[in-house]
Amino acid sequence: MEFSITDLMPAAADIFLLCAVSVILIIDLFVSDQRKIVTYGLTQAALLITAIIAARSIGTEPVSAFSGMFVGDALGYFLKTGVCLTVMVGLAYSRAYLAPRGMYRGEYFVLAMLAVLGMMVMISANHFLVLYLGVELLGLSLYSMVALARDSARSTEGAMKYFVLGALASGMLLYGMSMIYGATGSLGIPEIADAVQQGNANSTILKFGLVFVVAGIGFKFGAAPFHMWVPDVYHGAPTAVTLLIGTAPKLAAFAFAMRLLVEALGAEQLVVEWRQMLVLLSVASLVIGNVAAIAQTNLKRMLAYSTISHMGFLLLGVLSGTLEGYGAAMFYVCVYVLMGLGAFGMILLMSRDGFEAEELDDLKGLNQRNPWYAFVMLLIMFSMAGVPPTIGFWAKLYVLQAVVSIGYVWLAVVAAAFSLIGAFYYLRVVKLMYFDEPQRDERIEPGFDCRVLMSANGLAVLALGMMPGLLLAVCVSAIHLSVRLP
Amino acid sequence: MFGFSPLSTVIWLPMLAAVAVLLTGSDKNAALARWIALAGSVAGFLVALPLWTGFDRFMAGMQFVELAPWVETLNINYYLGIDGISLLLILLNCFTTVLVVIAGWQVIQVRVSQYMAAFLLLSGMMNGVFSALDAALFYVFFEATLIPMFVIIGIWGGSNRVYAAIKFFLYTLAGSLLTLVAIIYLYNASGGSFSLLDWYALPIPFAAQALVFVAFFAAFAVKVPMWPVHTWLPDAHVEAPTGGSVVLAAIMLKLGAYGFIRLSLPIVPDASQYLAPVVIGLSLAAVVYIGLVALVQTDMKKLIAYSSISHMGFVTLGIFIFDAHGLQGAVIQMVSHGFVSGALFLCVGVLYDRMHSRSISDYGGVANRMPVFAAFFMLFAMANAGLPGTSGFVGEFLVIIGAMNVNFWYALAAATTLIFGAAYTLWMYKRVVFGAVANDRVAALKDIGKREILVLGLVAIAVLLIGVYPLPLTEVLNVSVGSLLEHVAVSKL
Repeated sequence: MEFSITDLMPAAADIFLLCAVSVILIIDLFVSDQRKIVTYGLTQAALLITAIIAARSIGTEPVSAFSGMFVGDALGYFLKTGVCLTVMVGLAYSRAYLAPRGMYRGEYFVLAMLAVLGMMVMISANHFLVLYLGVELLGLSLYSMVALARDSARSTEGAMKYFVLGALASGMLLYGMSMIYGATGSLGIPEIADAVQQGNANSTILKFGLVFVVAGIGFKFGAAPFHMWVPDVYHGAPTAVTLLIGTAPKLAAFAFAMRLLVEALGAEQLVVEWRQMLVLLSVASLVIGNVAAIAQTNLKRMLAYSTISHMGFLLLGVLSGTLEGYGAAMFYVCVYVLMGLGAFGMILLMSRDGFEAEELDDLKGLNQRNPWYAFVMLLIMFSMAGVPPTIGFWAKLYVLQAVVSIGYVWLAVVAAAFSLIGAFYYLRVVKLMYFDEPQRDERIEPGFDCRVLMSANGLAVLALGMMPGLLLAVCVSAIHLSVRLP
Repeated sequence: MFGFSPLSTVIWLPMLAAVAVLLTGSDKNAALARWIALAGSVAGFLVALPLWTGFDRFMAGMQFVELAPWVETLNINYYLGIDGISLLLILLNCFTTVLVVIAGWQVIQVRVSQYMAAFLLLSGMMNGVFSALDAALFYVFFEATLIPMFVIIGIWGGSNRVYAAIKFFLYTLAGSLLTLVAIIYLYNASGGSFSLLDWYALPIPFAAQALVFVAFFAAFAVKVPMWPVHTWLPDAHVEAPTGGSVVLAAIMLKLGAYGFIRLSLPIVPDASQYLAPVVIGLSLAAVVYIGLVALVQTDMKKLIAYSSISHMGFVTLGIFIFDAHGLQGAVIQMVSHGFVSGALFLCVGVLYDRMHSRSISDYGGVANRMPVFAAFFMLFAMANAGLPGTSGFVGEFLVIIGAMNVNFWYALAAATTLIFGAAYTLWMYKRVVFGAVANDRVAALKDIGKREILVLGLVAIAVLLIGVYPLPLTEVLNVSVGSLLEHVAVSKL
């Protein structure tokens, strides 16, 4: 347990962010309510620097630090950069939304940064306890952010549900981890992998533990049948928080799944086991997500169910158990985050003082009110539906390819069939925007930064769809650099 | 040709024009949008001409090939190339785009730039489908066409347009998702290649061939559309604006037939041969049964839509009898149907713009008020009925000859179209155009103007030219059709 100064290098980004959070928390005390832009600016700067520090290490060989509790690898650095950038964009979208609702306060930004820190710890964990620490830090920050609109009964209800179900999931996760500890005698991820590989572990206990761990992962992703919290929390939380919950944590959840399932429990005999479970989770998510989304009239709830179905797709990549499949899943999660940012960002952009543009009908006639945003939203919707030439198509293509390559053609057919059902409700959004008459006529005039970001976001969906090669190559090489198949 | 890639130009020039049109923004600049769109579509047609002049009619295999890596992780290439069959369809597409832009000149008054841009985008994408030699690229273009068409039907369509647009989209997407799975399967089976030419050489066991054929069939049969998955077409046609109907009938339906020729037949030849009787049966059902359905329509657009399905039955029949005459006939029928049905929709559009009714019973005696129009309409009606001397005759005749070579009864059933086709088209024509002036609104009709004469005149020339002198078309097709049939005749088991 000897500490060495070189241990700090792989964790430089995390350490910087922690210091920044502490400093900003104190500075915020001295910033008056009219000048919260200072806190906002500092937050963005802190996240940007964190992202840069993390990004500089992408492409390095994996190193572990802090006596093997922490790992710095390409997968982690890439996802950390992604998390920081996602939250930065998310905060930029929500600035105009927060102010009139009394949430434009230092706490909001500090909690958001702590959530980012939690995700970063999750992403880099090489030990079950560190993993759990990250999960809880992320969870607690998000619970309180959901409840930040104190006077809203719906938000409070959402926060309670989120907290109770989140605690339940954490409990299951811990229980599963303890069983795995019992079976292998270790909590360190590489040690567990070795023990399983050498056959030293009691396989009955191990499998029981696996079931609980998969349940915990299912909850983090919001995959059916552990999806109950998703629609209520998405709906109840202030939209700015929904955006944060709906995007960046999925990147962390992906790393979470990779660390637990692939790195710790990735031995041949266990892959066969969790593949079956993930098939069930994935099919259930595709069914529930796509079918239930049709019945929604609230845009946030619809997007919540759409998230569930996307997570079903993502799990298809993970369950293939090949490097290619993991690369596909990682690509999928990045694409999903890009689309989620755009979709929730659009709700924020259209919201006004005291008016939440969160019903589907609020989108009516958007093409006549603002053709450009309608076009951006059209791109995002078609991308979510997986229609080329948008990026969503490639995400689906690559995941399906991973599934077909292990011989699960039927699963690909099921996924394709349900994405057809999914296409219907995405089309309905396009229909509302383009074919219906507007119900409201006030202008949509977001700030300059939002305008630029939203345009870039929409165009990225299209441009990456035309040139998907680079992002795909980055994801695949990050996986190849970081993950060692036993 | 150094530095000039004609196929890429044909694909991307209209799309760039579309972006330029979109940049004109709101309807204040509608006139500018129209002129840019016209310039873009005419330029799109002009750049397609070098394909025709530079095409080597005696060379089998793909020409004007362009190959560049696109998504290297998945070994997907930007791989283009055409043979005689694609060449004709590309030319048809570029020509039709010009017509559509002119036809929408005055009729479309709201969101003009979006309308014109959608058609230009569509034109570029469909050229992409016709020239893609990489399955992923093919699929991307094939699916992407849905988006502009969905918007066209939904925004500028008739009263029931939303239902029609969504039905159109979901129906066609349903078919193509299965194709996507089949494409991924073939990618794995071929050891990681999306190139169609690699797949042509790939041996595949029969059971897999059958499944792949069914998956392809799901997409292409819906697109053609074949009986009994045709029901989206009458809805889409009736609700679409005139330009939408023209493009739908003239080009989009051909994507399905083209898919059969480019993918199904050469990739899974054994399954295609084995299942051909089923496809032929469905084709004949379309020819005969849908012909009868067309007879009882009261709505002009619906009647032409059903006639389209019936004529496309001829195309699939010609493809699946595996006979050189039949296949050539099928392709010529595709081109001819593009002109004729497009022209008929334009004619209905001319009437609809004036009367805002598509119902046959609202008309009567139009010839008394619109003699020039009546003459054009007559020509196209005759071509639709397959009158010798028009393009409609050539394709149908060749397919019937081909069918006769294979099976007498096929030919007999197919030949009934000469009766039904004449019956429904000419009966409609008689009710609309001849007789006494039916009512005051007909009495108030004005004959077509210069712009409409230009549009209909251009098509009329094409229809007559192909009808009287089809040799240039068959010259282009001969080698391509021959080599395709040779390829299909060799088992890949």
